[in-house]
Amino acid sequence: MARAPLNALGSADTSVSLVPGRWHAVGVFGACVAVLIVAIVVAVAVGAIPIPPIAVVEITLSRLLALPRPAAYPDTYDKILFDIRMPRIAITALIGAALAASGSTYQGLFRNPLADPYLVGVASGAGLGATLAIAFNLPATPLGLGAVPVGAFLGAIVTVAVVVLSAQVGRTTPVSTMLLAGVAIGSFASAFTTFLMLRSPDGLRRAFNWLLGGYTGGGWEPFQIILPYLVIGLVVLQLNARALNVLQLDEEQARQLGINVERLKLTLVTAATLMTSAAVAFGGLVGFVGLVVPHVLRMFSGPDYRRLIPLSAIGGAAFLIMADLVARTILAPTELPVGVVTALTGAPFFVLLLRRLKRSVF
Amino acid sequence: MTTLQLSHISAGYGKRIIVCDVTLTVNAGEVVALVGPNGAGKSTLIRVISGVVSARSGQARVNGVDLLRASPAQRAKLVAVVPQMIHLPDAFTVGEIVLMGRTPHLPFWAAESKHDCEVAWQAMRRTQTESLMDRRADELSGGERQRVVIARALAQEPKVLLLDEPTAHLDLKYQVGVLELARSLAQEHALAILMTMHDLNQAAVYADRVALMRQGEIVAQGTAKAVFTAEQLSSVYGVRVAVSEHPAHGTPLIAPIANGNGKHPVL
Repeated sequence: MARAPLNALGSADTSVSLVPGRWHAVGVFGACVAVLIVAIVVAVAVGAIPIPPIAVVEITLSRLLALPRPAAYPDTYDKILFDIRMPRIAITALIGAALAASGSTYQGLFRNPLADPYLVGVASGAGLGATLAIAFNLPATPLGLGAVPVGAFLGAIVTVAVVVLSAQVGRTTPVSTMLLAGVAIGSFASAFTTFLMLRSPDGLRRAFNWLLGGYTGGGWEPFQIILPYLVIGLVVLQLNARALNVLQLDEEQARQLGINVERLKLTLVTAATLMTSAAVAFGGLVGFVGLVVPHVLRMFSGPDYRRLIPLSAIGGAAFLIMADLVARTILAPTELPVGVVTALTGAPFFVLLLRRLKRSVF
Repeated sequence: MTTLQLSHISAGYGKRIIVCDVTLTVNAGEVVALVGPNGAGKSTLIRVISGVVSARSGQARVNGVDLLRASPAQRAKLVAVVPQMIHLPDAFTVGEIVLMGRTPHLPFWAAESKHDCEVAWQAMRRTQTESLMDRRADELSGGERQRVVIARALAQEPKVLLLDEPTAHLDLKYQVGVLELARSLAQEHALAILMTMHDLNQAAVYADRVALMRQGEIVAQGTAKAVFTAEQLSSVYGVRVAVSEHPAHGTPLIAPIANGNGKHPVL
């Protein structure tokens, strides 16, 4: 009798045997990956010069497999695909993945469904950093990068560090204090940004454009820069995801279950901040991805962060690729800031889902 | 023989001393009830032993291991806690929550093994929560939450179990159920159980020994018969009580005596 139900619990080869709906989770993962692939192919195919999806697949495969290039298609396709659209889509994917994964992490860390990647000062810090770079007309950095992304990245990290340090009470960093410090220091940074902008009316437009989520550089460079932050960040988050589940009980119970709560909080904030800062440095302040994507996926996958974090990364990438596609095509040749699209499409969709929701997903 | 040994523990928040020079031993298989007025320091003592509040001075040992210097994981392998206010995240299932009890036995990055599931499953069977396995936490009643958290504590395979007012907010049936469960767990698993309680009569029936706290200090400890005297209780609680004998168990039966003049010593 004792053995029988154990089979129902699953076997040792699964990571979450007492957790219900293993196949369900596989289904959700599969669906997310499928949506991501479709989004990529469509986004690559659509643009000022439409390229048939079949041509996209053929040309890409032939290049990947080092086969001779299909002669049926004009040479310009290659340039459009590999030098213009694919880098942009790849960067967009990384930004979406970073924002959604760190958003889900912050929601868990603060045990607050309203948390998003910008909660502890990343946004205002990045804004200030970028504006400083513009206001002082800093030259390109030795790495050949524009000063704006570097300024934004550093600004974000410094601001979060100040928030975390000033939120310390004794040897602990209560999340409520972190939140309040984030608001206070964020407001300060924003005010300072506004001051700088008003002093240099010319810089105002550039800074404003960047803040709204305009992409700066082109080519594959930003991709290569963001990728390591995203990969390392995701690995760190994934390794700590089970501890993040335990933290959902509350800090006292987590500690009584053997979690080093203070170290866990700092690890998660650091990983999420590095990812978000790298994303924001190139993508600007794209809103809503980090808030909505994790919640939508929670409705399908349940609250386990071991699933939710990787799912959010995939879902965030897919969502932002689609949003970017809309942003560059709907008013072509004018491009909308992608943040406008994420908010305009994400918000109604989210409200619709909330209305259908019968119980807490958190 | 596993014992929880507290010697000269003092602790507090800021400048306030809440627990003062507490020395107490709980043996394996023994249930000790910690009683005393509100604010006497019972819950704080539980939080010191479980590493949530740090001690100013003194020692806490289990099997010779120094709890106050142990890492959180080391401590959680020895000591499990059933807190007073049980907060559980809505969307997690009972199975997931009980499995969290395996946390101290796992490296932080590792997934639960088949053995961990087996231990959690046995803990659920012992607390009769296995039928709740797929239920979400927000669908549980108060009594069910309590048993789920006891199952999670058992999944820790601890040597010491701390229960902070396990009978608060439960009806009589569940109160008796949880106290009976605590008694038999102490026997079966050779657990040293320390629980805070307000109901002196239940403490007298279910605990092997009682410790009476006032203003952070243990003023008396021993059998209920020795500690729960009318003079002792009157002086600690500041109310007049009559102590008689439990008709079934022979343990002390405590009842307050009304003043009848509207003058309450506290108010």
